[in-house]
Amino acid sequence: MDTLLLSRIQFAANISFHILFPTITIALGWVLLFFKLRYNRTGQRKWMDLYMFWVKVFALSFAMGVVSGITMSFQFGTNWPGFMETVGNVAGPLLAYEVLTAFFLEAVFLGIMLFGASRVPGWVHTLATVLVAFGTTMSAFWILVLNSWMHTPAGYELRDGVVYAIDWMAIIFNPSLPYRLTHMLLASGLTVAFLVAGISAYRWLRGDHAPAVATGLRFGVVLGAVLIPLQILAGDMHGLNTLEHQPQKVAAMEGNWETGPHVPLVLFALPDQAARENRFEIAIPSGASIILKHDPAGVVPGLNDFVAEDGTVLHPPVAPVFWGFRVMVGTGMLMLAMGAAGLWFLHRRGAENLPRPYLIGLVGMAFSGWVATLAGWYVTEIGRQPWLVHGVLTTAEAVGPVAAGMVLTTLIAYLMVYVALMVAYIGVIFHLARKGSFFTPPVQPALQPAE
Amino acid sequence: MFAPDVLPVIFAALMGLSILLYVILDGFDLGVGLLFPFSEPEERDRMVASIGPFWDANETWLVLAIGILLVAFPAAHGAILTALYLPVAVMLIGLILRGVAFEFRAKAPLVHKGLWDAAFFTGSLMAAVSQGFMLGMYVMGLRWGWSEVAFALLTAGALTVAYSFIGATWVIFKTDGTLQRKAVRWAQGGIWGVVIGMGAVSAATPLVSARIFDKWFRFPEIVTLAPLPLMAGALVALLWIALKRLPAPGDHFAWFPFAGATALMVLGFSGMAYSFYPYIVPEKLTILEAAAATESLSIILVGVMVVLPVILCYTVLAYTIFRGKATALRYD
Ligand code: HDD
Ligand code: HEM
Ligand code: HEM
Repeated sequence: MDTLLLSRIQFAANISFHILFPTITIALGWVLLFFKLRYNRTGQRKWMDLYMFWVKVFALSFAMGVVSGITMSFQFGTNWPGFMETVGNVAGPLLAYEVLTAFFLEAVFLGIMLFGASRVPGWVHTLATVLVAFGTTMSAFWILVLNSWMHTPAGYELRDGVVYAIDWMAIIFNPSLPYRLTHMLLASGLTVAFLVAGISAYRWLRGDHAPAVATGLRFGVVLGAVLIPLQILAGDMHGLNTLEHQPQKVAAMEGNWETGPHVPLVLFALPDQAARENRFEIAIPSGASIILKHDPAGVVPGLNDFVAEDGTVLHPPVAPVFWGFRVMVGTGMLMLAMGAAGLWFLHRRGAENLPRPYLIGLVGMAFSGWVATLAGWYVTEIGRQPWLVHGVLTTAEAVGPVAAGMVLTTLIAYLMVYVALMVAYIGVIFHLARKGSFFTPPVQPALQPAE
Repeated sequence: MFAPDVLPVIFAALMGLSILLYVILDGFDLGVGLLFPFSEPEERDRMVASIGPFWDANETWLVLAIGILLVAFPAAHGAILTALYLPVAVMLIGLILRGVAFEFRAKAPLVHKGLWDAAFFTGSLMAAVSQGFMLGMYVMGLRWGWSEVAFALLTAGALTVAYSFIGATWVIFKTDGTLQRKAVRWAQGGIWGVVIGMGAVSAATPLVSARIFDKWFRFPEIVTLAPLPLMAGALVALLWIALKRLPAPGDHFAWFPFAGATALMVLGFSGMAYSFYPYIVPEKLTILEAAAATESLSIILVGVMVVLPVILCYTVLAYTIFRGKATALRYD
């Protein structure tokens, strides 16, 4: 294997590991704030129990996010020097603003949020929680600005092969940012919703019927049920935006080879890039035309348009994009079903009497947000290939002159660490769930209800 | 908006500042990890509690430093980091192990705690050694030869000892009782390591680089520079005396060793910075040659000028809130 391929695998491994934890912390920060405010308002102990349980998961996820994030910032230099040399004038300020406005904010106030409750007045602690939640959201904003700009570059000009920024507003609010940011923030909310529901269901099934567990269940299910329709809507709009800017990516997602009207919606197929056709296709006639153009006769672009005269393929590898998309949408549909069923059961039987099979289903879906998020990012990123910055810089041009053996060694080392940490992380979450977590009165003065 | 030839210098200074802050701040918490093998399991909770609220923000200075290198000197960034590929990876894995072990040791089943303590120590060691190694390679102009590697191993040892020393002084500052007395003994041992380490590196650096030799041993610079080593010597003497007398009744002067260690780090760092200026890739690329476009640097500088003072303020706020002796880490 060559340095390029190995560096790509290494980058994909590192970012995939990193993204898992921000996906949890971005939304969990706000959820913790919600628990705390509910407690301040009602004085009911269950809200503090919930806070005390999930703040542990938050602290753990945050640490995982931070250390894997540090790896990310070194990656650009170690493996992709061409990236900063070409687009550094745009990427640099964006990353700098992320460090300045987000990382320091969350890192400093995290200490106060986690360990400061007994040392500062209640409102300062609440404020610290707000700032941490805000900081994580800002991190997501800045990094998604950069990522979206790489997909739909705007506001720049090329001089001697180097990108120069000319319009920062156009760079920051580039065409795909609103869709990507919305979709990612909702993904984070859904991941946390199903995690809270799944872990609460696990505790319930193990006979822990504390009020906090029932409330956690209700909270998770309702949050999931509310967010998933929004997510499907946002995803659809995101897809339409992609169709406009990166039609080859959408063609790969749909598994559509020929441009034309009445393009079917492929439910299952094995795309065969060598033969340039789908095998074992199961499809809904005109489905893709309806979804993408809202008209059965709408013309949808096909992959064959993206092959140069001399046979060079200018579209992304089809199978991973095609399958990644189906995994994401499939998980979304499962979430929709679980959310709707959950609302129904909550309405009919209450959080204390959810049917056992449904609870088992929730436990199974505890980490479903991760699956959909990773699948979605694989669609997005692989769908951009061979470009790194669409139309400006290819992935092959950015790779650094590091020996393949060296990349392979570090790749193996990272993978070993990641697998071990993943096992430990999930193990500890279930361990915490078995132990349960109870807020022990007498209460620290700082956390007494505000009234 | 800003003159094109001052901007790179400002950014070099900013990068220097964040590296210095990183070395001091993460230095003490890495040092606490390095001292784990010398401590009893029950003392470790207290040691961890002394760094708990700070370590994340401390590490962020590294992110800022590498960020500035990345954004202000893109050409140097690639050259330095590809040359240091392996030690960077070792450092990153070390930082990963350490950062998560910190959380896991308190949350994992009790039987695994020893394992996570070991990971905490190993991670701290990997990070400290590889940072020292990178420093050495950097001094040697990023060439991989036998003598270069030998020198880098020397700096690796020196930096690791320096981190454990400042870590011990932090424990003196933040704890009391048996643990504090123990930390005084660690620091008494550590200070000899620091003297030998700093001495060896200072002696070797001018010998291995003719340019640095020239910068230091040239008249009249040698006169203006003389206070640097003299002050370092005086500080070491003061520290040595203080450590003999600590802990003092009423816990007076418990802060002094940490302050002294910090001052030593600042002196060492200034010496290094003087040796390298104006190069960013030693002997190859100067600050001016490696800088990014003026427009982009200006827009970052505006942000830095507004945000950096705020960051410093809330960093001070955090240290004020968690002032005094370390207490058990609790979420409520
Ligand atoms: C909980 C997570 C989750 C769920 C349930 C869904 N998505 Fe998604 N999707 C993401 C999480 C995600 C993501 C990981 O956050 C991505 C990657 C990049 C991005 O902006 O969002 C993504 C990317 C992404 C893209 C790629 C856009 C591009 O890169 O240009 C499309 C077209 C969709 N999604 C569409 C959908 C649709 C139609 C869904 C309906 C069920 C859906 N997503 C559910
Ligand atoms: C938002 C910040 C992100 C940036 C700046 C970014 C940047 C990059 C870069 C530089 C590459 C090129 C290397 C390569 O081809 O492998 C890449 C590819 C890739 N990225 Fe991202 N990425 C981001 C987010 C993500 C996330 C969150 C994921 C997954 C969870 C992801 C998954 C991938 C994958 C799988 C590839 C490999 C594509 C391929 O090689 O075919 N990326 N991205
Ligand atoms: C190449 C891309 C990326 C780089 C270079 C990067 C870098 C980093 C770094 C250095 C940290 C640690 C900050 C600290 O010290 O406190 C971090 C944390 C974080 N990152 Fe990333 N990151 C990348 C991709 C992403 C993506 C795609 C997202 C989400 C959409 C994201 C969201 C966050 C958040 C929310 C945190 C806060 C820590 C946490 O909540 O776990 N990052 N990142």
